[in-house]
Amino acid sequence: MSTSLRFHYTTAVAFSALPVVDGDTLGACVRQLLDDGWRLLALFGLPQSDKKRAVSLCCVLAHDASSELAALRTEPLHNFISLTPSCPQAHLFERELFEQWGITPEGHPWLKPVRCIPDAAEAQARESAQEHAAVQTIPPPFRFYRVQGEEVHEVAVGPVHAGVIEPGHFRFQCYGENVLHLEVALGYQHRGIEAMLRNGPRARCLPVLECTAGDTSVGHATAHCVLLERLTGIVVPERSQLLRRIGLELERLANHTGDLGAIGGDTGFLPTSAWNGRIRGDFLNLTAALCGNRFGRGLLTPGGAAYDLSSEECADITSRLRAAGRDARGAVDVMLHAPSVLERCTGVGALDAKTARDLGLVGVAARACGLERDARRSAPLSCLPSEAWAPRCQQAGDVLARALVRSHELDDSLRMVEEDLATLATMPDKAILAPDASKAKANLPPNMLVVAQVEGWRGEICHVAITNDTGQFLAYKVIDPSFHNWPGLAVALRGNQISDFPLCNKSFNLSYCGHDL
Amino acid sequence: MLRIIKERLQQKYRTLDYPRKKPALSPRYHGRPILTPVNCGACRACYAACPAGALLPTLGAEEGTPTLDMGRCTFCGACRAACPKGAFTFSDEHRMASFTREGLLVTPGVTPQVQPHPENFRIFRRSLKLRQVSAGGCNACEADCNVLGTLVYDLGRFGIDFVASPRHADAILVTGPVSANMRLALLDTWHATPEPRIVIAVGACAISGGLFRESPQCHGGTSSTLPVDMYIPGCPPNPWTILDGLLSLKT
Repeated sequence: MSTSLRFHYTTAVAFSALPVVDGDTLGACVRQLLDDGWRLLALFGLPQSDKKRAVSLCCVLAHDASSELAALRTEPLHNFISLTPSCPQAHLFERELFEQWGITPEGHPWLKPVRCIPDAAEAQARESAQEHAAVQTIPPPFRFYRVQGEEVHEVAVGPVHAGVIEPGHFRFQCYGENVLHLEVALGYQHRGIEAMLRNGPRARCLPVLECTAGDTSVGHATAHCVLLERLTGIVVPERSQLLRRIGLELERLANHTGDLGAIGGDTGFLPTSAWNGRIRGDFLNLTAALCGNRFGRGLLTPGGAAYDLSSEECADITSRLRAAGRDARGAVDVMLHAPSVLERCTGVGALDAKTARDLGLVGVAARACGLERDARRSAPLSCLPSEAWAPRCQQAGDVLARALVRSHELDDSLRMVEEDLATLATMPDKAILAPDASKAKANLPPNMLVVAQVEGWRGEICHVAITNDTGQFLAYKVIDPSFHNWPGLAVALRGNQISDFPLCNKSFNLSYCGHDL
Repeated sequence: MLRIIKERLQQKYRTLDYPRKKPALSPRYHGRPILTPVNCGACRACYAACPAGALLPTLGAEEGTPTLDMGRCTFCGACRAACPKGAFTFSDEHRMASFTREGLLVTPGVTPQVQPHPENFRIFRRSLKLRQVSAGGCNACEADCNVLGTLVYDLGRFGIDFVASPRHADAILVTGPVSANMRLALLDTWHATPEPRIVIAVGACAISGGLFRESPQCHGGTSSTLPVDMYIPGCPPNPWTILDGLLSLKT
């Protein structure tokens, strides 16, 4: 069946080349592609520029083995047959369509909004109740999935949690200590990022995207810059490609180190927890040595990088990197040799490969289940060499597997950054900005569709943009890896004890604001 | 066990004797901005370049270097890059916290004054417990608050701690532009904190809404919802900036 447009992942395609089908054909085509080993990258609504309130669906899928993308769209519609019962990875995308555009996926098993929660209305109602005592609005009901039974009880956690972390609500259905079902209800962090990007590009787009998920600033910035460059045909100098990869891998190093420390903390193994907190900071400070900001903000600019490193700076960063790398390796090895840690992490929060594939998981969580999903392999950003490197997979899919994937990736990233710094130090070409970089700031080529996939430290970050007749963003979709992986955490916890939740949560370490946007 | 002890020796002692010793920051670090008064003529390049809308015409010198609002600034350096006359520099000064919103305005040619310390915080001199609330924060400010608990900063030695419940807290430390969906939880947390209580806004978002100031989904910072006692600017603030701010509450 060829009802979709196939193209190489780096190509920007004319939007008019996308086949236009009806809702049922879209469903059939997506099901067929998923059966053939494709995965869903994005499914979103597209307002028609000419007609008010008419919204069509646009769907992008990826095939990792061939580095191909497929895209198709529908006629404007108000409802369609839900894909979720047969393709669970469409679950949140369909709820999002329902929330944003009022399009009903018929037969969706759990149709409720993704980010629209009653709290905003209640805060407003309380305020107006103070001002005009008579006015009282009742927020709409917000149901949670409930398990019925005499001894079944419900545990509600959040939005404000005990630690210094972002807000989100978790609703557990428990039988004794055992979790029968967990529903993750997010949306508290919703800041309206996609709406702010619409009609761009503007000077503010890049800084806003760097704040999509603060711990993945470089990842989202890379995705945005790559997207603009693919759209305008800007060729980024190799020096900048290296600087970008250094930024991206330093981000991975910092966060993986922090996560491993946090897993240590939640298993009660405090030495690694304490050390890794410090070492994570060392990696962040290396990013600051690169661009002044510990999170890599401002490092990238469309068409290249904003900061360069001299050979002396490369040497300095390399020596600090080696020291931090040694400390990280030592701290993590101590933890991974401790029987208490291994015992606590084995078999907890396990997912099998089929479930992971069905849910469309990406990144560390997918690789821990044996799925070779790594955008650095399937959608490389440049032709920089990455020999002797392959996605690090584990088979068990439990907390330990996720910890081991991170631990192995530390070594890979350390090696990659060190090699890139060595290349950078001896590279004669000093250009860090493409000569035609200003093209990304003006109006873009009109009526195009373009996709950028970047392997952030959590997993694949995907940005999809469609430009309108005048070359502005008609739609800009940001899909953080967390959007795919939150359902994975919910399913992983089934059959585990409720006390396993903090540990499972740390092993996934998903972003709340990356999901909420 | 021996393995752990051996590794412990390798990891060394890492806590910095702050504030007696100055932290080593990156040479590229963007600290407190310093503005030089220049005659701009018709040039408005910095206004156009600033993604955060942090530049405001200087009162009485509208044709000259603008005033920089650190409460909006993301410290990206776009103004410095845009200015043909080099009116903007970023120093390595990490101490930028202010008790007043006006204290965050950097006026060209004016050296920052030492601010009077509010008397009513003396009660927290020996012990200050913080409840952190992320109200739409992107996890960068949160991460740089969290890091204060690690052994480089060792927040606990100053008698300051993050606590799990607002009932145990003396202060609420807010990050994020106050998203519409978090406003209720923020108000509830504040009401649950016993008086006297302090509200600390950390980061450009929490101070002014930052980059999300104009988003209809956000409320433009903490002061839209709560009375703020201390402002710590940055996007995110360096951990030393946050620590300096917290310590100044206790002196």
